[in-house]
Amino acid sequence: MDFHKDPLQIAANWLFGILAGWGVADLWAQVLIGFLGIFLLIALLMVVDILLVWVERKVVSRFQSRIGPNRVGPFGLIQPFADIIKLLIKEDTTPEGADRALYNLAPVLSMMSVLILWAVVPLAPTILGVDLNIGVLYIIGAGAIGTLSIIMAGWSSNNKYSLLGAFREVAVMLSFEIPMLTMMLIPTIFAGSMGIAAITQAQDVWFFFLAPLAAIIFLIAAIAELGRAPFDMGEAESELISGYNIEYSGMKFGMFYAGELLHAFTFGSFWAILFFGGYRFFGLEKVSAFLAIAVLLFKAFIGYWIIMWVKYTLLRIRIDHMLIFNWKFLTPVAFALLMVTAFMNALLAASPTWLYVSGMFLSNVLVAWISLELARFAAHKEREKTENALTADARR
Amino acid sequence: MTVDQIIFLIVAAITLFAAFSVVTTGNLIRAAFWLIGALFGVAAIFAILHASFLAVVQVVVYVGAIAILFIFAVMLTRKDMRDQGAQLNRNWKFGAFLSALVFAGLFFLLRGWDGVSKTAAAFPSDFDAVAALGGALVSPDAYVLPFEVASVLLVAALVGAVYVAYNHK
Repeated sequence: MDFHKDPLQIAANWLFGILAGWGVADLWAQVLIGFLGIFLLIALLMVVDILLVWVERKVVSRFQSRIGPNRVGPFGLIQPFADIIKLLIKEDTTPEGADRALYNLAPVLSMMSVLILWAVVPLAPTILGVDLNIGVLYIIGAGAIGTLSIIMAGWSSNNKYSLLGAFREVAVMLSFEIPMLTMMLIPTIFAGSMGIAAITQAQDVWFFFLAPLAAIIFLIAAIAELGRAPFDMGEAESELISGYNIEYSGMKFGMFYAGELLHAFTFGSFWAILFFGGYRFFGLEKVSAFLAIAVLLFKAFIGYWIIMWVKYTLLRIRIDHMLIFNWKFLTPVAFALLMVTAFMNALLAASPTWLYVSGMFLSNVLVAWISLELARFAAHKEREKTENALTADARR
Repeated sequence: MTVDQIIFLIVAAITLFAAFSVVTTGNLIRAAFWLIGALFGVAAIFAILHASFLAVVQVVVYVGAIAILFIFAVMLTRKDMRDQGAQLNRNWKFGAFLSALVFAGLFFLLRGWDGVSKTAAAFPSDFDAVAALGGALVSPDAYVLPFEVASVLLVAALVGAVYVAYNHK
């Protein structure tokens, strides 16, 4: 075996040999190596997470015509470490009347719900935690824990603003979960499997070219799921101060903040994996596992950058508009697209690749066009109704 | 004892403790969170039984949707979320007797069954449980009719709920 192809397996074998030499039982050696693997993945993610703080602050400052952090270290690169030191030495407060156990559990669950997502992410052909054959459902299941942590934080803080923020956030997350799950079923149809590794392997043609509408709806639903602008009604500063995490201070707030950043990055990487081929890039992934990881991180950062771009460009949407947009537009379009895709897949199953790709692409464009026309028609009718009511009021 | 048995015992103990706490805690929201713990335990038991699809569906449906709706309902309907009523009512003796009877019945029934002491046969290496489940749900020889009837029933319930809650002007 070549070290560049499968570095983790070779490292594990080497470690296994050493442990066997020390007389450790095979079972315990395997358990120990498994834990080390998990530790390695989490350490890598946390290092990326520290970097994300700097990336986010630097990018937002560019969008707002500022320079951003530039004092601590070259280009302000040491800034996140200064932030961490500050968070660690802050007083750890607990509000009066808080439900102490749940209050302390919520930030942990918030971070955990993001970290466990990476168990199914294939970083390279040979490097992945578990190849679950229900990977897509697992992602939604992990999201359920995130929802739980928010309602926990909102309720246990004993603060009406945090409770209101949690209510809004959870309402949005529960609603947008539906189009998101529906859109994750479209790569599943193309790949014929729910496993994330199988979906990556099936993308000889990026699924974005087969289903551009699905990719866009997935991104919108993912941004809402993250609770980022324009869907950040849950932490609307002007009315709710900062939503479910008002009462948290120090590193507990840091957990929520780091969890949110890593969550955004994670959804960027899922967007890359489901629709842009994951670690695959013109055969580069076959050269070396490290190159494959670099490709995946690069694509994930592009997804993350687009999420930031949307966040710092668009304004916040009112909560009722947000829910109406989801239930009356996004969800029906997602269901229609799923039905059309399943039908076209059965119709074109035996046809050559170019016909399959162009047929899928055209059916996507058609669904997008029809749904936009229907939305335009409904909006015109609504406006007419409102204007008529206004003129009737004026006459009276 | 094998590793599987140890894991099962730990998970079962956590599940039972969480389920017991649901009915003994005085705080209604706490009870809802304990219920989530018990549901997670059941999901873990599904995972131990190699029913990974059921385990994840258990988390998605029960923890992600139903438990959250419980919490919403409690928060929106109760003025004071600490339940003030007594934990037991007059029927507790009868209830305890009934549950003891059911437990004894199940215990003796399962003691007579030889499946309890046997270890399960391992799956063949190429066996895909999820694919088998999916095939069974849509195959006319298997469960397509119950599956479709259940979905029609759910849609009817959904439409009925919307009709009842709809604000007729």
